[in-house]
Amino acid sequence: MASITIERVAKSFGEVRALAEVDLTVADGEFLALLGPSGCGKTTLLRIVAGLESQTTGRVLIGARDVSALPPRKRGLAMVFQNYAVFPHLTVYENVAFGLRMARADKARIAAQVEKAAALLHIEALLRRHPAQLSGGQRQRVAVARALAVEPAVLLMDEPLSNLDALLRLEMRAELKAVLSEAGTTTIYVTHDQTEAMGLADRIAVMQAGRIEQIGSPSEIYDRPATRFVGGFVGSPPMNFLELPVQDGKVDLGGLALAAPPGAGARVLLGLRGEDIALARPAEAGFAFTLKVAELLGPQVLLTGVAAGGQPLRIVLPAAGPLPPLTAGGDILLKPDPARLRWMNEAGKALEGSP
Amino acid sequence: MSEARPPSSNRALLWAGVAVLCAWTLLPIYLLALGALGGREIVSQWPKPFAPLGLSLQTLGTFLAIEGVWRATWVSVKAAALTMAMALALGVPAGYALARFRFRGAGAYRVLILMTRAFPVAILALPLTVSFIRLGVYDTPLGVALVHAVLATPFATLVCASLFMGIPKELEEAAWVFGCSRFTGFLRVVLPLALPGIAAASIFAFVLSWNEVFAASVLTVRQRTLTAYLLSVLSESPLHLQFAGGLVLIVPSVLFIFLVRRRLFAMWGIGNR
Repeated sequence: MASITIERVAKSFGEVRALAEVDLTVADGEFLALLGPSGCGKTTLLRIVAGLESQTTGRVLIGARDVSALPPRKRGLAMVFQNYAVFPHLTVYENVAFGLRMARADKARIAAQVEKAAALLHIEALLRRHPAQLSGGQRQRVAVARALAVEPAVLLMDEPLSNLDALLRLEMRAELKAVLSEAGTTTIYVTHDQTEAMGLADRIAVMQAGRIEQIGSPSEIYDRPATRFVGGFVGSPPMNFLELPVQDGKVDLGGLALAAPPGAGARVLLGLRGEDIALARPAEAGFAFTLKVAELLGPQVLLTGVAAGGQPLRIVLPAAGPLPPLTAGGDILLKPDPARLRWMNEAGKALEGSP
Repeated sequence: MSEARPPSSNRALLWAGVAVLCAWTLLPIYLLALGALGGREIVSQWPKPFAPLGLSLQTLGTFLAIEGVWRATWVSVKAAALTMAMALALGVPAGYALARFRFRGAGAYRVLILMTRAFPVAILALPLTVSFIRLGVYDTPLGVALVHAVLATPFATLVCASLFMGIPKELEEAAWVFGCSRFTGFLRVVLPLALPGIAAASIFAFVLSWNEVFAASVLTVRQRTLTAYLLSVLSESPLHLQFAGGLVLIVPSVLFIFLVRRRLFAMWGIGNR
């Protein structure tokens, strides 16, 4: 068990800047997800922590130990790779035992550890098989068991579920959460899937273009995105952003006047989650929304349309609740939840004092 | 549309292909064996009888009794084994470097490796002889193997490079993470996975040395390899004896291929077990 400290780590590949001075601390036993679109530098950061890639500047500490110059094998960590990387010429048992063998653990300890890891991942029946005889999900379990068998101080996971089909991914996600919380290992988990990050992590670091946009708990990230990018990347559908004019301390949202946030310029950006918008009751003040498409998504209805001068807006209404007539081109009067308005400046950064 | 075709015509095509391929390799061997085992008459007979009567091992016996054949065979085995060892000792690391490291001039290096084969050995014969005498390796299996290794190494290098490229880098990285250095990771993960291909490269090196006759003839006098020895002895001999020599020459190659065939075909798949 150990914490991970990443200090001003930057990485350039020739002219291309992959990481720009990243600072990040992962507490002992914490599960941190690195979330971002492909090419944002999250995998590069993970590989630098692993020692598979060397940083251009900055340093990495595991516990109190500076591991910046150490090869992967001396960092006391384990890793689960995106394509599993289980050794095809070894049996499942030999795969799980690999790290312990390399560490020259004695036979009894290896057997005990392999048995424990295999039981945790439910692969006891597969121990004598070769990876070619396993399904993708089973190989993934072997890869995780191999990592846990060495009882690493730090566990790194690089999109471990992205090669599984959707149903299996859901199943493995729940199982992974149970297994990892039992192991209590400090974990960095790289993913581009925001539902995975939300579901698994204690904290999420959202990355874009080589820098960390925001670090916070899943609910902080979801409810209080620090930037327009974070709001647009996390959540399905993503957060809506409306660019609105400010006049005399009032913001005009398609006819509805809202109190301007402190620090607002001539124009502000209003971030609104689709589920934080409701139908305005008759005689209640609201703003006009022109419906284009309505989609029924099980318990919810997703309405796509435009508001506030033709800006796109998506709202989510409970399917069981009262619904307006769902005809394309129809006008609907809506009101936002005043407690959940996310104000940002025109550059897309959250304004101080916004809830 | 191949799906619409009746399966019988596909099967006929398949068997025709199989027959052509078999004939391609087996017919020359068959004719060679016929000449070696059939004695004086069959060698000059035409058309050849399909299943000849009166086969005997007499010619082969005569051939094997020729003085120096066994000694030359032993020299050949030594030279071929040395060639193989040297080609792999250079080709495996060079192939690994080509596959895993990006360095300036990698593309040019790849071409240059092949260019060594473009250099005619005939031009090198005299200078090689002179310098080999100076180095004290003239007329030794080692000397022959040195030249053969030059011929075999380019192929071994390129085969190994493509082998290593076919092994996912993540496997090696996993080995590093779980306690291996680059070297032990290579030994424990890359090498076992590349073994079938390396076996193929070693066969090539072995057979190349075994069959090569020009350099072997120029660089040896008493320590002749089998091919060089036969060339000098058999050119004066009757035809059926030459056939017997030919048959004996292909035996070790076949034997060696037979020995490594398991490695050659072993793929780490379901079919393996």
